[in-house]
Amino acid sequence: MEAPAKVLPKEPPKLIVSIGPHIRAEENTAKIMWTVSGALLPATLMAVYYFGLPAIMVILVCLVTSLLAEAGMQWVLKKPITISDGSAFLTGLLLALNLPANAPLYIPFVASIVAIMIAKQLFGGLGYNIFNPALVGRAFVLISFAKVMTTYVAPVTTFMAFDAKTTATPLVILKEEGMSKLLEIYHTKAALYQDLFLGNRAGSLGETSVIALLLGAAFLLMKRYITWHIPISFIATVGLLAWIFGGKEGLFSGDALFHMMSGGLVLGAFYMATDYVTGPSIRNAQIVFGIACGVLTVLIRLKGGYPEGVMFAILLMNCFAPLLDRGMKSRVFGKAEAKGVKK
Amino acid sequence: MEATTIKAHDTFSGGVHPAGNKQLTAHKATVAAAIPKRAVIPLSQHIGAPTKPLVIIGQEVKKGEKIGETTGFVSAPVHASISGKVVAIGSFPHTLGVDMPSVVIESDEKDEWVTGLKENPDYNLLSPEELKKLVQDAGIVGMGGATFPTHVKLSPPKEKPIDVVILNGAECEPYLTSDHRLMLEKSKEIVDGLKILMRILNVSKGYIGIEANKPDAIEAMTKAAAGSPEIKVWPVKVKYPQGAEKMLIKAITGRTVPAGGLPMDVGVVVQNVGTAEAIYEAVRYGKPLIERYVTVTGRGVKDPKNFLARIGTPFSQLIEEAGGLTDSAAKVISGGPMMGMSQYTLDVPVIKGTSGILVLPKSEVSTKSYGPCIRCARCIDACPMKLQPSYIGIYIEKGRYEDAKEYNLMDCFECGSCTFVCPANRPMVQWIKKAKKELAKKKN
Repeated sequence: MEAPAKVLPKEPPKLIVSIGPHIRAEENTAKIMWTVSGALLPATLMAVYYFGLPAIMVILVCLVTSLLAEAGMQWVLKKPITISDGSAFLTGLLLALNLPANAPLYIPFVASIVAIMIAKQLFGGLGYNIFNPALVGRAFVLISFAKVMTTYVAPVTTFMAFDAKTTATPLVILKEEGMSKLLEIYHTKAALYQDLFLGNRAGSLGETSVIALLLGAAFLLMKRYITWHIPISFIATVGLLAWIFGGKEGLFSGDALFHMMSGGLVLGAFYMATDYVTGPSIRNAQIVFGIACGVLTVLIRLKGGYPEGVMFAILLMNCFAPLLDRGMKSRVFGKAEAKGVKK
Repeated sequence: MEATTIKAHDTFSGGVHPAGNKQLTAHKATVAAAIPKRAVIPLSQHIGAPTKPLVIIGQEVKKGEKIGETTGFVSAPVHASISGKVVAIGSFPHTLGVDMPSVVIESDEKDEWVTGLKENPDYNLLSPEELKKLVQDAGIVGMGGATFPTHVKLSPPKEKPIDVVILNGAECEPYLTSDHRLMLEKSKEIVDGLKILMRILNVSKGYIGIEANKPDAIEAMTKAAAGSPEIKVWPVKVKYPQGAEKMLIKAITGRTVPAGGLPMDVGVVVQNVGTAEAIYEAVRYGKPLIERYVTVTGRGVKDPKNFLARIGTPFSQLIEEAGGLTDSAAKVISGGPMMGMSQYTLDVPVIKGTSGILVLPKSEVSTKSYGPCIRCARCIDACPMKLQPSYIGIYIEKGRYEDAKEYNLMDCFECGSCTFVCPANRPMVQWIKKAKKELAKKKN
């Protein structure tokens, strides 16, 4: 005879146990990276509008190389492959926007390899790199291939613009021939400012359109993905110092607006100096970081060998970010009060 | 009478805004939970020395009878919450996640009070010392969750004069509504409890801090305190962790408790509104702390409710009374979602510090692993203690506890704001708890 089936007690529910908090805000690394990339869409579209198919080619080479370099390096280092987190895509996009549209395609290729493999992955990958990867990539090709990297084309009228006219950027003209030459070309300051604001000038393909960059930046500020501390202190410092020291007719005769809208300043200040990993994370330290970036930028623009100094300024300040964080730690709640208290 | 309009006062810097989810239970009047057939009453339900049992197996006990005697000053006696027979004394699951010495009482379903509980209709004639003795004997501990024995807080050393008592009705933890309901349903008792506290401490300024998202509670408490100009109802900004002692003191008095210090260092004593109500019941009616308000909530239970439950009631019973678990229930938390403790069994009992039972469905429980710190500074902005949780986390991750200490690890009170906002899902609170333990080990 079979034994009567035992009535089992209702199976207790399987519970997940972990240390709190048990709820999380709906933010994650991938969402941040993809959103910042999305904020660069207006600037990217303007790049294509002004520089045509060559710009698309540079962007594509940067994106594809960056993603492959990230995955390949992680495969070699036996790490989990994390290209879906968007950080390699963002680096590739930023790098592309920092290159001249007419660059031969080995330039974006080499720059991407250096950015991802050396500046990012060899330093430990996302979160551990000291220098902004996109800027390291750009610095490498700027120094290695100085000639092509300083040859810029004017905005084009046809999409298939492979034989665009090369021309100097406004900063180069200012450095070599002065503001009078710029006025000769543009006739009025207003026309000059308008072209700078819209992006109708020679330059790296994503840096020219101030309005497109500001649009994306406003979105990031609104979403609190970036804060005002670094970009505002950076740009304001450049404007202030350019006004004081940038003029031919002595102190306080420089053109602040021109300096703030030209070169890679807006792109650099809002999208590169604000890189979480390579900048300071204490808010007060960020202000110092921004001001120092501004000082270095103006120093290079006015006195240095290069017409533009944003890239080197940010890279230089990247090394100081940990030090700034350490030195400017906010005071712990109640630390000041703790001194006089008897225990 | 102040604060009739809901204008939140000043607040602390930092903090986060998790979804409140209080609508699940905020409007539901508290119901008395069934008297448990078997009550498991831990001998330690407070911070401090555990009690030693006064009963033996087989002994009949009455409701309110003392079954655990204190072994030191920082301790609180434990009482039987039902009448019946002691059937076991031993280790049983506790909400702390480990088994703890407990007394198990099987109900005789008579629910009879122990004789000799003394009512004090004229308690205003009692001296502060006598009042404090009543609080101590009733086994009252901080009912907001910290469970620090109340009489200890009411015995500040002479060199720390107290001039303000604050009742904490902030209830900043999402989901929980037990304090909210208590303020609506026992407003008068809470105010009277506060007055007793003020008498014991000889203080003439009392505040009741309530987050501005509870206008009905603010109105009820304001009404209850109407005849008492020494008591002010103080709406505070809706922000987690507004109910943390140091943050609430900052918001109400503007005083900053020194790092590593206590509220009494700035002349303040903070008590939870539930504690004040328990104090009133103890002083006026001689009732020891044997029951409390418990919110059973979350989308993992079918019918979220507020209960008045006996200490020792198993979680499983209250969850059944709240309609039972849904099919997707995945995590059961004692307390709120920010600082509460997840449970591995539903056999754990309600204790003096159990403000709620939160059941989260699978869809709301993250089991994702964490990624590298991207130094986004969200945790730095969120930390109410102005620490740099990102750096602390990075050091602890690498086992560098001493370096984490340099970054003021010890000032963290584990509110979880940093971990809540972290986009890389880094378990900062878990690491910090671990580091504190490791550092304590090294010290010994």
